[in-house]
Parts: sequence; C-alpha cells; structure tokens
Amino acid sequence: MTDETKTTDAFDLVTKIDDNTWEVPTDYKLGMRVPGRIFVSETLMHGLEKQTLDQVANVATLPGIQRYSMAMPDAHLGYGFPIGGVAAFDKEEGVISPGGVGFDINCGVRLIRTNLQEEDVRPHIKELMSRLFRDIPSGVGSKSRIRASDSELDDAFINGSRWAVEAGYGVEADIEHCEGSGFIEGADPAKVSDKARKRGKPQFGTLGSGNHFLEVQYVDKLYDSDVASTFGLEEGQVTIMIHCGSRGAGHQICTDHLRVLSQAVKKYGIDLPDKQLACAPAQSTEAQNYFKAMACGANYAWANRQVITHWTRGVFERFFGKDMDDLGMDLVYDVAHNVAKLEEHMIDGKKKEVYVHRKGATRAFPPGHHDVPNAYRAVGQPVLIPGSMGTASYVLHGTEAAMDISFGSACHGAGRVMSRSHAKHEFYGEDVRKSLEARGITVKATHPSVIAEEAPGVYKSSSEVVNVVHNVGIAKKVARVLPIGVAKG
Amino acid sequence: MPMPTKGYEYLEHTADAKFRAYGNTLEEAFQNAGVAMFNVMINTGGISDEVSEKIELTSEDLDGLLVDWLSELLYLFEVEQVVFGKFKIDGITEKDGNYSLSAIAYGESLDLSRHKFGTEVKAVTYNSLKVEEITDGWVVQVVVDT
Repeated sequence: MTDETKTTDAFDLVTKIDDNTWEVPTDYKLGMRVPGRIFVSETLMHGLEKQTLDQVANVATLPGIQRYSMAMPDAHLGYGFPIGGVAAFDKEEGVISPGGVGFDINCGVRLIRTNLQEEDVRPHIKELMSRLFRDIPSGVGSKSRIRASDSELDDAFINGSRWAVEAGYGVEADIEHCEGSGFIEGADPAKVSDKARKRGKPQFGTLGSGNHFLEVQYVDKLYDSDVASTFGLEEGQVTIMIHCGSRGAGHQICTDHLRVLSQAVKKYGIDLPDKQLACAPAQSTEAQNYFKAMACGANYAWANRQVITHWTRGVFERFFGKDMDDLGMDLVYDVAHNVAKLEEHMIDGKKKEVYVHRKGATRAFPPGHHDVPNAYRAVGQPVLIPGSMGTASYVLHGTEAAMDISFGSACHGAGRVMSRSHAKHEFYGEDVRKSLEARGITVKATHPSVIAEEAPGVYKSSSEVVNVVHNVGIAKKVARVLPIGVAKG
Repeated sequence: MPMPTKGYEYLEHTADAKFRAYGNTLEEAFQNAGVAMFNVMINTGGISDEVSEKIELTSEDLDGLLVDWLSELLYLFEVEQVVFGKFKIDGITEKDGNYSLSAIAYGESLDLSRHKFGTEVKAVTYNSLKVEEITDGWVVQVVVDT
C-alpha cells in the first residue's frame, strides 16, 4: 500500500484567529475568492491532513462564494468538498455543485424518544437488537419488503416524509419534527433518470451499509435540562437513533448530474482545481435540473428514514406489548447532513438568498427562526451529532451565533481518521465486537469486517468535536446519549 | 513503473477507497479498474462467470468514459443483482472527439447467504481521476465513495 495521505502539520499554513478558529489565507492557493475558515481545536488541527486544507481552498475558488469556505471540527479528506465542508453561493452570481452535497444525498440522522428507562431495555438488548436487525433490512444488496409503484415513487420524490406518513408509515407529528418538514420544495421527478428510479424503488426502508446504523441508546447526561425538557429528553431515558440516506436513488442522481455538470463546466468556462467540484451557474438549466433532482433524492431519504422509524416502532410495540403512544415513541427531530438548500442569510448587513451546501455538516438554526418547529422555536432546532459505533452521540441546540459565523451550520459527526482498508488491518471485527460487548454494547452486523471498518478507533473523539462546536457557540450541548445496542449494514 | 502482478493497487484514503489499475493496453487498465472496484466490496477470487452483461458506452472524454464504465458496473450490480469478477473490453475507440467502449462483464447472481460484503461502493468520483499512458502501457487512478 502506498501512503499518499501523510499527516502534515497544518499550523504553518493557517492563521490562528482564536482557540478554535483558523483561517486559510487567500494566498494559500491561486484563484481563492474568499479565505477558508476551519473550526478545530489545537488538538484536532494536529490531525488535519494538508489535503483537507487543499479541499477547503479549492471550494474557495468557486464563483459567487460568500464570506468563507468553511470546515467544521469533524473535517476530513473527502472528494470535491472536504467532509465537514460548508459553503454558501449567491443565488444569482454563484454556482450549485453536486460536489458540495455528495453522492449520499440527505444522508442524515433522526432521534426517537421513548418512555422506557435504561434498566427496562438493557436486560433484553440482545433479543431486541436481533429483532430490529431482522425487520430492518441492512447491508450491501439488501432489499425492502415494500415494492413501490411508479406513482408512489414520484410522490415520495416530491413530498418526502409526508408521502411516508400518508402511506401509513408514521404519524402527522413526525412530519413537523423534521428539518424543513421532511422535504425540499421544488423537487421534479422528471429530472430523475430511469436508472435512479430503478435503484430507488426496491430500497425504501433500508439502512444501507458503511457508517449507517440504527442504535438503541440511553440519555446518560444532561448539559441543559430546560432545553432537554423542551426536546422531551430526560436522564436515563432510552432513545433510538437512525443514520442513513437516499440509498441507490441518491447515488445515481448524483452520478447522472455530475456527468452533465462536468461538461457544463467547459461551456460556462469555469476553471476547476478538482473535477469533482463540477458545477454550473446557479440559475443555469444544468444547475437547476440538478437541484430539482437533488431535492427528489433528499425527499426520498426523508421517506426512507420515516419507513425505518415505523418499522422500529413496530418492533418495540411487539416486544414490549404496548403501543407507540404508551411507549412515548415520538420523533424528536431529523436532520440532513449532505444537502444544498436555498436559504436567506444576513451577509455584510444585507439579507441575501444563497445556496448553502452542507457536505457532512448539520443545519443549526437558532431560536425564533421560522424554519424551527413551533415546539422548539423558543430554544432553536435540535442538532443531532452521531458518534461512531460504540461512542457517545450528542444532542445540541441551534444558536444565533451560528447564523453570524457558519450560515447556521454545525458539525455532523466524529469524522474519520483512518481508512477502511487500514482499519481492517488494524482491527479484527470479532475482537471489536467482544470489546464493545464487554462495555455493555451489543452489535449486530452482516459481517465482522463491517465492524472492523467502523471500529471506534478509526474516528476522532466525538466529544472533542462537539466541544469545539459548543465553544465556538455554533450549537450548544443539551444531552449526551450512550449506545446499548447497534445494528449495522 | 513496475506493474503490480494483479494489475491494481490500493492507495491510502481516509474516508473512501482509492486505487490505481494498470494494463499493457488502455482496455486492460479499464478491466483491472473494474476488478479493483469490486474487490473493495468483496473478494472476487471465487466469483464464477456464469452470468454476463453486455455494456456499450460513449462519453465526451477518456476520464468521463472511465467514470461511466465503473458507474455502469455499480448500477448493474445493484439493479441486475450480479456480482462481477471478470471483464472483457473489446475495444475503446475515439470518433469525433467522443470515446466509446464495448465490453462484457462476467459474474454470478447475488446470493446474500454466500456473498460476504465489506465496504459498499456508493459511487465513482472524479476526484484525483487519472487516465495516463506510461512507457509500458496505461495507468488509471480512481477514488470511489464508500
């Protein structure tokens, strides 16, 4: 194996703004229109690869970028944008780029609360995880029990969560408790290819593989009990976290439109430092067609997580012999972390419409924002940060500071530090499973190598990442949840 | 540049999988890229060639053709449910600035009780993409999203 991604000390290349903010100056790379801003602690900066800085700088060269090309504390090497990358582009003068969203359109996370306590669940966790693993398809090549018709697929592409709820997979309150009510406006299924439709049809309600998971957890610590209570969270309570995206539908939508946009770049004379940053002027037909198809992918993902939620509730209902209302299985919230959205932000004192690209970053809207559900409007939206397998996940809430600093965005997870192939050399899946078992965490996976690839040691510390977000103030800690059982592809 | 005996090698990449595939001809390098990509997901050593799929593609440039080729294989894997282990490219030709490829991919029907998958390849990226002629053949480089 050739080692091409040596960790270089990034310190010489950036300017320190404060303890958790670093600037990539515009002279770092030819063509940068704005500086880069990286939100990491000194510890995390030590681990940052130079190539990640290069990717932040590459994004800064794109037309119409506003203020900064940003990277959240979980930033690591991606393709096109870095993972953890956030950038906003002027609605008229800017661009839209699939490289700023990624292939897994609207990969995201949702959190479901329960009335159960840790001690109600822990003694039964093995059996419960077996049932969840059995009822919720996961892994490469897995198929759903749902065979969607063409018109149902169209409906899901346009309406997202609402389609799933109206088809019987959930309750009305689930819709409001999703970012943007579980859909992006302007989706047009005519911009989605037959290939993407064929891939998407048999995959509603499937987790997928890689870092996707379904986790049974408990709230082990509250940082802000008032906000926690607004979110319906209390210490000792069992929660469920679902992390997955738009499956083959999203992958194909991105592949198809990337192909078109990589040619459009020549047509519009856009000079790109990385072909994966293929883009087109925001109002061009090519960019708008991508956006309409991307919205279909995003909406598919919300429908997908909604179907999984419904089946998860079913497993709990049968297992505990109570219905979902008695079990208090309400959806706390659902966030997207790979998506582009048209949003209004204050830039240099003026209200402006921008396409905010978040690739491995979470929207974090503040108290009072009209896009935050009524129930949470006084405290800001829940920001859900999943940990890696076997480590803590966090619930935070949005702040006004995020609107000033990061276009209303925060991090999305822990961030990888080790490649999958390296992980498989470093860890044995069975050993990792046993060591997690010894810590009281049951893991169900299709294959031990899946466990090795996602071993806790291949990620940055989620608490370090979340502390930076908290200290910068772009979201504030509310609760920490720890896993009891994990189902993985 | 010495060519690895199996025709491809993996390079370190934190989040995704990156590989280089070699060939005495461009066709052979593309074939080896197919093998390299499927080996990210599964050991293709024991995959038979009982099922075959014919593939015809045209793209605006060679880079695009490589991405389209691998993307097509992923699509067929998912939709036709075939695990591929062997590829035969009859020819890559250029006409009026467009590049075309004609190939057959060989494999066996997906059987989750037998096929043990590790990482899923979600898609083929344009990041660090290379198609280059070298002194003794061709080398291609690809990053796939996992």
